[in-house]
Amino acid sequence: MLAYVIQRVAQSALVLLVVGLVAFSMFRFVGDPIDNMLGQERTQADIDRLRVVLGLDQPFVVQYYKFLESAVQGNFGVSYRQGRPVSEILMERAPATLELAAVSGFLAISLGIALGVFTAIRRNGFAANAIMSVSLIGVSLPTFLIGILLIYLFSVELGWLPSFGRGETVKIGGWSTGFLTESGLKALILPSITLGLYQMTLIMRLVRSEMLEVLRQDYIRFARARGLKERAVNFHHALKNTLVPVITVTGLQLGSIIAFAIITETVFQWPGVGLLFINAIQFVDIPVMAAYLMLISVMFVGINLIVDLLYFAIDPRLRADRTGGH
Amino acid sequence: MTKPILSIRDLTVEIPTRHGILRPVDGVSYDITAGEILGVVGESGAGKSMAGNAVIGLLSPPAHISKGEIHVNGRRVDQLQGDAMRKLRGKEIGMVFQDPLTSLNPLLRIGDQLTETMLAHLDISRAEADKRAVAALEEVGIPGAAERVGSYPHEFSGGMRQRVVIALALCAEPSLIIADEPTTALDVSVQAQIIALLKRLCRDRGTAVMLITHDMGVIAEAADRVAVMYAGKLAELGPVRDVLTAPLHPYTDGLMGSTPLASRGKARLHQIPGAMPRLDALPPGCAFSPRCPKVQAVCRQDPGPHIEDGAGRAACFFPLSREEVA
Amino acid sequence: MADTSLPEVPVKDPSRLQLALQSDFFYQFKRSPVAVVSFVVVSILILSAIFAPLIAPHDPFDPSSLNLMNGFSAPMTPNAFTGETFWLGTDDQGRDVFSTILYGMRISLFVGAAAVAFAMVLGITLGLLAGYVGGWTETIIMRVADVQLTFPAILVAMLIFGIAKGVTPVEYRDQMAIWVLIIAIGLSDWVQFARVVRGATLVEKNKEYVQAARLIGRTSPAIMLRHILPNVLSPVLVIATISLALAIIAEATLSFLGVGAPPTQPSLGTLIRIGQGFLFSGEWWILLFPAVTLLTLALGVNLLGDWLRDALNPRLR
Repeated sequence: MLAYVIQRVAQSALVLLVVGLVAFSMFRFVGDPIDNMLGQERTQADIDRLRVVLGLDQPFVVQYYKFLESAVQGNFGVSYRQGRPVSEILMERAPATLELAAVSGFLAISLGIALGVFTAIRRNGFAANAIMSVSLIGVSLPTFLIGILLIYLFSVELGWLPSFGRGETVKIGGWSTGFLTESGLKALILPSITLGLYQMTLIMRLVRSEMLEVLRQDYIRFARARGLKERAVNFHHALKNTLVPVITVTGLQLGSIIAFAIITETVFQWPGVGLLFINAIQFVDIPVMAAYLMLISVMFVGINLIVDLLYFAIDPRLRADRTGGH
Repeated sequence: MTKPILSIRDLTVEIPTRHGILRPVDGVSYDITAGEILGVVGESGAGKSMAGNAVIGLLSPPAHISKGEIHVNGRRVDQLQGDAMRKLRGKEIGMVFQDPLTSLNPLLRIGDQLTETMLAHLDISRAEADKRAVAALEEVGIPGAAERVGSYPHEFSGGMRQRVVIALALCAEPSLIIADEPTTALDVSVQAQIIALLKRLCRDRGTAVMLITHDMGVIAEAADRVAVMYAGKLAELGPVRDVLTAPLHPYTDGLMGSTPLASRGKARLHQIPGAMPRLDALPPGCAFSPRCPKVQAVCRQDPGPHIEDGAGRAACFFPLSREEVA
Repeated sequence: MADTSLPEVPVKDPSRLQLALQSDFFYQFKRSPVAVVSFVVVSILILSAIFAPLIAPHDPFDPSSLNLMNGFSAPMTPNAFTGETFWLGTDDQGRDVFSTILYGMRISLFVGAAAVAFAMVLGITLGLLAGYVGGWTETIIMRVADVQLTFPAILVAMLIFGIAKGVTPVEYRDQMAIWVLIIAIGLSDWVQFARVVRGATLVEKNKEYVQAARLIGRTSPAIMLRHILPNVLSPVLVIATISLALAIIAEATLSFLGVGAPPTQPSLGTLIRIGQGFLFSGEWWILLFPAVTLLTLALGVNLLGDWLRDALNPRLR
């Protein structure tokens, strides 16, 4: 198992290096950093001085190394647009996105698994068929339309919930949370449904098809033949086996929640890192784009790693392989 | 005569399809008494497994029992639904499936699978169940049972797994065991051990056994009586010695002729021409008539009478006489 | 000598159309109402997008035909100032919503189709190379694919769009936006094609007929194109259809976020972005009709793809 973990960690590090290279290349080659930092009135002496300060006169590899070095320390330079350190802006924005992602991730996983199991067990029932049909529409419905639809219904027509922003937040240390105020919680409802719905649909459809596959297996028939209660067969025997493949996809889904947050945050003007990223693209604010890319890569790679390790917790066959079995 | 544990009368299973109704089991009747092993033989598709599934109430829809009765321990069970049928499975009827590699849930320890089955049927404490689980594994000949209860299925070899499956089928002390091709998926060297084990356990406990197989060697080794099935119908039923050495039905004769048996000496093996008809293309009259060496015009119109000869019976107009075969 | 030859029976080869109509494929198509309905709906949408200049009652991009007085006309109601009636109403600048939708769909479909075509060519080429050549080529291609798959396609597309925007001079940005979109979405979507093609190539290249082709001296490109490629066309077609739906949604999403088609060349996504601004002031039609069109288009293509997958290859799940 240790060898496996080391291999996976090495792979993750390699991915991060590649992503870092992309981010660095953006810095270095997309637009001229000197152009971006110096105004119209500049002298050749200014340019040369800045080249040395930024290290642009050094070889590519040295520059890349320095970029990585400062990136690891959380230093991504200064935003072209806001003129403040990128890390500072990111820290300010991160809580909003993380809280949103956590709530929608929870919604997507819990409802997705529950509905998936339900539709698999009641395969031919009316409710299950209805849920499946609706979910097909859900897959075709772009996230931003779901958001607009919810805003129209609950903000414009009914006026129950706010259509934008986080509501009031409370600062705890460096973390501003919306969980502790009524308006903060209310503001969370629509965005988290918007963000979680698509992922929920995917998880539900996956759980259903895996569960149906498992229910056809011999060991399920054998469990039935031993007279176990239907509940034990479905939830103890079948669900556990279903979860093994579901975990991978769900892990990846959690990653894409962070990415899809960009869309939701734009629809709801949610002040998170996604909205920051979109604005950075619009204004070609390269340092912010590069930092966001690095940040999200670390998250994705981390989630993938955790998913791989989770396998060991669930599937004893893998645990056995580490010691070669006995 | 003792009262039979299992009594099947005129059992008919139907599967409605687009091309009409198929009858994989058609008017089959037989009994099994306590401690007796009834071998059910036939080619694949002859309906032997389907009959076993009908008894334990595990026919997969749309297959269903359309006619006839099944009695277990004197109680009619073919009309039991839901929980009533579930309580019967494992408790009164145990089942052993063909493939031990797929019959056990890979994610659950075998000890847990045993105790779970016992707790579902027997009024015993958790601790008592744990104790009995070890005893059950010892009984089926698993070395180091006390340690192995905590093992997962993949940590056992195929033969050992089939022992575990047998322990599972017997752990709630059923009076009838349906063993569906219990040795087919095993190495030849292990087959005899498993058959001997099954035989010993059932003799000791007085369990009735329905041993479904296509392997004449297994029948000769283990069965007290044999039921020969052909295209859903019972072709012949009788004591194992009679059926093997002096069959009544021409099909049984052909089946024996194509099986190498030590008792038959060096006689040449011969084969039955043609193949068993598909269930959707059964000939009128006797289903074996197109392949039968003794076929007459009447066989092609009428399925044939049930003739009795001593302890055996067969469905044929022109049974082989005992003398003719011997 | 007597003429003993049989009278000539005219043997007519069945035409391709007849063959197609008799095929299992067409039979299955006829039997699935979902497939027929979505095919008809998608066809109508595609045709009306192609012929938009003929169908559209107004040219939304011709400033001379616009009348600001016509702004905010509700659907099917005569405008209060000019008395003109617009089927689906007008937006703030007096542009006919029905016409903008037709033109917008044109852009959405063009970007979607071109992006899928780009992804397909790229994916098939790299997949064939990886499968047929193997070695380092394969390792590099599939590693890149793996890394890219770690990230959601939409994020990759956004990033590519952002980078492209950075390297494009400001004055060309709007003009180039459509092409940048196509490349961004295409680059984010090639992996699927490459994986399927590589898998199939690995299977096919060891079969006897490929060995035979090699023995009679066919070149590798010829073997790849003539022998291996035809074997992977049906899964590729399925992926292409589903990718089209995804590409249309991706384009709409990017444009909605303001990092796609510019307001001067509005796609359905851009129209929805514009319409969202009028959600609170009550002009619902500016948002609703483009949204419904987009949904219908995406759902139709999705259903068609779903059906194709089942019809062409029951093993593909």
